[in-house]
Amino acid sequence: MKPYLKLDHIDKSFTRGGTRTEVLKGITLGIDQGEFVSIIGHSGCGKSTLLNLIAGLTKVSAGAVLLEDKEVDSPGPERAVVFQNHSLLPWLTVYENVNLAVAKVFGSTRTRAERHDWIMRNLDLVQMAHASDKRPAEISGGMKQRVGIARALSMEPKILLLDEPFGALDALTRAHLQDAVMDIHARLGNTMIMITHDVDEAVLLSDRIVMMTNGPAARIGEVLDVPLDRPRKRVELASDRTYLRCREAVLKFLYERHRFVEAAE
Amino acid sequence: MTSIDPAFSERAQAPVQEANQARAGIWLVGLAATASWIGVAALIELWPEIIPQPYGRELAIIALAIALAVAVVAATGKLLGPVAGTVRYYGPWFIAAAVLMAAWEVVTAKTGWLPVPFFSSPQSILEVFFDDWARLAESVYHSVLLLAKGYFFGALAGFLTGVTIGWSRAASYWVHPVLRLIGPLPATAWLPLAFFLFPTSGSASVFLIALATAFPVTILTWSGIASVNRDYYDIARTLGAKPSFLILKVAIPAALPHVFVGLFMGLGTSFAVLVIAEMLGVKAGLGWYLQWAQGWAAYANMYAALLVMALMCSGLITILFRVRDWSLSWQKGLVRW
Repeated sequence: MKPYLKLDHIDKSFTRGGTRTEVLKGITLGIDQGEFVSIIGHSGCGKSTLLNLIAGLTKVSAGAVLLEDKEVDSPGPERAVVFQNHSLLPWLTVYENVNLAVAKVFGSTRTRAERHDWIMRNLDLVQMAHASDKRPAEISGGMKQRVGIARALSMEPKILLLDEPFGALDALTRAHLQDAVMDIHARLGNTMIMITHDVDEAVLLSDRIVMMTNGPAARIGEVLDVPLDRPRKRVELASDRTYLRCREAVLKFLYERHRFVEAAE
Repeated sequence: MTSIDPAFSERAQAPVQEANQARAGIWLVGLAATASWIGVAALIELWPEIIPQPYGRELAIIALAIALAVAVVAATGKLLGPVAGTVRYYGPWFIAAAVLMAAWEVVTAKTGWLPVPFFSSPQSILEVFFDDWARLAESVYHSVLLLAKGYFFGALAGFLTGVTIGWSRAASYWVHPVLRLIGPLPATAWLPLAFFLFPTSGSASVFLIALATAFPVTILTWSGIASVNRDYYDIARTLGAKPSFLILKVAIPAALPHVFVGLFMGLGTSFAVLVIAEMLGVKAGLGWYLQWAQGWAAYANMYAALLVMALMCSGLITILFRVRDWSLSWQKGLVRW
């Protein structure tokens, strides 16, 4: 069976001021429908670039991104992105931010009332319906990310792309939101790809973890299966042997075989 | 302009809160202000003038009216709501204004220490408002009309130019050098040429005011568009936005704080051009009134016109800031006017 999303021998390089920097080299990966895949690596390894390629925000230098056998070369509503921060437009209310996506995707197929219900349903899903009239400056960072997730989900995307979605949040808020994402994944069965540099987060949430080598010309170093049953409970997993083995595997990859060298920046 | 110490507004609120707390007891500042204004009225009425002044009785009545108003606020407390709050906030100012008024009255009308034709007494300025209000009102009307036309076209042109060169590299390539050369030139330098090239002095003035307004609006709009957070475009693009959406719904709203700084600066320069245009060419408006008053050595009329002009300019800027506060309510830490 062909994979749902296929990254086929992708190279990506940037040219700035006459110098060419290779960021990604020979990335090949298949992701199945409904799968939760994390991409982990040290900062500067090009994992965000990889996500932008899948989102269609930047174009590949060589190779191709194929979603259901169709090439991706521009952004589209079937691939929704949750950004690390600045996820919301500050001059729009929470409701208007979600409406931005809903109007684009369902503007011609659903009535105004249906769209309103749909916006509120998605805000409800992330427990933000109560703040629908607030502006981003009036709510916390965790709440903003919830709204960002609601907006992404409201587009009924084939794939949800999460770019370090919890990176700027405190540990407690992060745990809450991780649980929320797991819950949504279980209920809606979306395909999700998450960029992270948090080992525990990667193991807890993922079916597979893609580990990137350090840049320049970063490659996929290793892909780890996480054979843990769902639903997963963070407290129970803390002493689970499979969980600890996976965690150790990722740590070894990141801190023994591919240690981050500052000078490589 | 767009950001300032967030403590600023809290500090500004503090005296109001103090005043609110004082509502329970007697408002001493209010009583003092009442007494000061009664004192001003008495001074005007009882101290004989060195030069007889018209409208002395009226000025005394106005002073008493102010005293009465402050007294009512002091007595009724919460009954009058936000108006009372404002009066209480400015309580110390009422006292200071009374002292200044009394001093001004003494050095002009009562003793004549300041040379008479050049320094007008409060009564003689009041006389201008009573006797020449129609001409003053008409001047304000003409000034505001002329300013509105010029400012509207200038702001519109500046905004559109700024958005265009902020968005398009090609437009920026061609417009930027022209802007650098022509922009810093004061609009008034065009004055002789404009009066020569345009069919009427009115249209020439509209052009000059528009020119003065357009430059700062262009530059600030441009810098606003150029400094929009790139992430906002990415967000919009992942939602399926087209370029027109990126300009209208992302770039322009994000640039608005800068645009308002430009509009504010443009308004300031447009005042200067307005007055000069009215003094030199247009036969109407407050600038013309000032010029006319000077011709007749009517100094009281000049003071009166200056006061009206100050109120007009300040009022227009207040309106601009209100519009800004309303449209930028999402932004925090705005400077208050």
